[in-house]
Amino acid sequence: MTTTEEPLRTMPLRTSPPERKIRGRSPLERMRSGSATTAKYTSLVVAAIVTILPLSVLLFAGLKTAPEYAQTGPFTPPENWLNFDNFVTAFVSGKMLEGFVNTTIVLAVSLVGTIFIGTMAAYALDRFNFRGKRLVLALFLVATLIPGVTTQVATFQLINAFGLYDSMAALIILFMGTDIIAIYLFIQFMQSIPVSLDEAAMIDGANRWTIYWRIILPLLRPAIATVVIIKGIAIYNEFYLPFLYLPSQGFISTSLFRFKGPYGAQWEVIAAGTILVIIPTFIAFLLLQRWIYKGLTAGAVK
Amino acid sequence: MAIATPGAAPADAPAALSAPMRGRRLRGISRGAGTRRGGSAGRSIMQHLTPWLFLAAAVGLLLLFTYWPAINLFYYSITDWDGIDQQKNLVGLENYLQVFTDPRIFSVFFVSLYYFAASFFQIAIALYFATILSFSTRFSSFFRGVLFFPYLINGVAVGFVFLYLFQPGGTLDTVLGWFGVTEPPQWLGNPDVVNWSLAATSVWRYTGMGFVLFLGAIQSIPHELYEAAEIDGANRWAQFWAIIFPGIRRVVGLTVILAIAGSLSVFEVPFVMTGGANGSSTFVINTLQTAFSYRQVGLASAMAVVLLIVVLVVTWIQRRVFPDEKVDLT
Repeated sequence: MTTTEEPLRTMPLRTSPPERKIRGRSPLERMRSGSATTAKYTSLVVAAIVTILPLSVLLFAGLKTAPEYAQTGPFTPPENWLNFDNFVTAFVSGKMLEGFVNTTIVLAVSLVGTIFIGTMAAYALDRFNFRGKRLVLALFLVATLIPGVTTQVATFQLINAFGLYDSMAALIILFMGTDIIAIYLFIQFMQSIPVSLDEAAMIDGANRWTIYWRIILPLLRPAIATVVIIKGIAIYNEFYLPFLYLPSQGFISTSLFRFKGPYGAQWEVIAAGTILVIIPTFIAFLLLQRWIYKGLTAGAVK
Repeated sequence: MAIATPGAAPADAPAALSAPMRGRRLRGISRGAGTRRGGSAGRSIMQHLTPWLFLAAAVGLLLLFTYWPAINLFYYSITDWDGIDQQKNLVGLENYLQVFTDPRIFSVFFVSLYYFAASFFQIAIALYFATILSFSTRFSSFFRGVLFFPYLINGVAVGFVFLYLFQPGGTLDTVLGWFGVTEPPQWLGNPDVVNWSLAATSVWRYTGMGFVLFLGAIQSIPHELYEAAEIDGANRWAQFWAIIFPGIRRVVGLTVILAIAGSLSVFEVPFVMTGGANGSSTFVINTLQTAFSYRQVGLASAMAVVLLIVVLVVTWIQRRVFPDEKVDLT
């Protein structure tokens, strides 16, 4: 955990408290700062409870048997902490397995596509001067402003016309086609790769494709990692596109959403399904914290 | 799209000072000596074509899946199309008239106000925690992770977490019971309360993002400024208003604009939790229902166009109010 503090603390602010000590303070001042510290930690603990409590009561519910759930209150811990029956029900009967498999396929193909399309576009926009470049940049910029969900009214007709309705291909092509933030991240990163590398390769007779493939793409690895993470989370969490374009098959969000019907009264199963969806996110967060913070900050400010 | 038009060559020539162009020239010198005239002309066309070859996939998808639907949206919005019929009858501005006069459609915009109000609360919380966590704090990375994590959770999962929390006799009612509240309202069943409940869910979900943005911005403020302020005897409150707030004004401005645009296009939380029942429907839910449940694609397109224009206007105002000024603290 401690290593993850590094990226965001490029400018350590920790110098202030020791200095205060050096200066020395009156007892009154010390008392006031003491109560300020108490208030600070109290507010932090309250915030942590507000965040963690709704999730943990759901975990309790997911581990209870049906009669146990009916008889106990939300704060009563489950009798058997290893009762995973509801998880099995959710995973097998609730078709969450199908959802996970489909999501993984769409995720993998769209990510690979986004990376190639995005890095190639960024290479063209950063390393070439050509007519229409500003127009292309403007098109990408304006596109970020168009709210995605509502234009589905028209996009749907297009997907339908291509015969892609109710197929994973529809999702893949939409995920690849709407990623403008990835292109911006690639351009930003590419600006830090010295052009002299390109020039040296060109003198050695490399053509543009070789330069892209052999020099630029490998050097873009950190940016690619960032894009994989933020795009991966976005696809994993996407709800409306699979809901609209993949009605007959499960996707992680939609297979959970469908619990509302058949399991409407069985909260212990819904709770287990919800926890199942959150677990991969939680693991990814623990492992990739610093990348996630960096990536999301970069993506949002752009 | 004009690819390698004859005029492109002279227009390009003065721009040749940029580094890649220099590179291209070098190659011309080292290898071009023996080539025939025709060959070099062919290569010049290739040179103009190269960037477009790299761009083809991205621009193609952009035009096809972003701009083409957006243009079609305008076209559909002046027809009475139902989404299936071969024939689309032009009806002029009738759909727009309906959007603005039918109270069932337009009044839904007021639901956004709940989320808008909540987003100020959300920004205030995010700012508060970003500020206190930017000073040395025990377990700061734990608290940072806890505050941020909800933002990463799948929207449907968030919806279910709060459906469970808001159940009659559920977690929230139990907690309120400890404090002596015996008759809590129906959090999601009462039309007077439901939008506040949903907006609160939104706050829980999105606070983490603003928090991390603010934290990053605060930590990029040079720490000498705090030292100087300490020496001058400024307390934390004064430091916040004199150093931190001006330093992150741009990010806060950006977040406010995102909050406006976001509250106009709220969708997932109410759709998953109530499906728009009990007066919790939002403009986006209405638009999609009109298109896909009631099959009034023409009307739905007009609604989408109205939303699109509102969002573009809000963004344009943002660009005017917060031009890309670099924050200068010295």
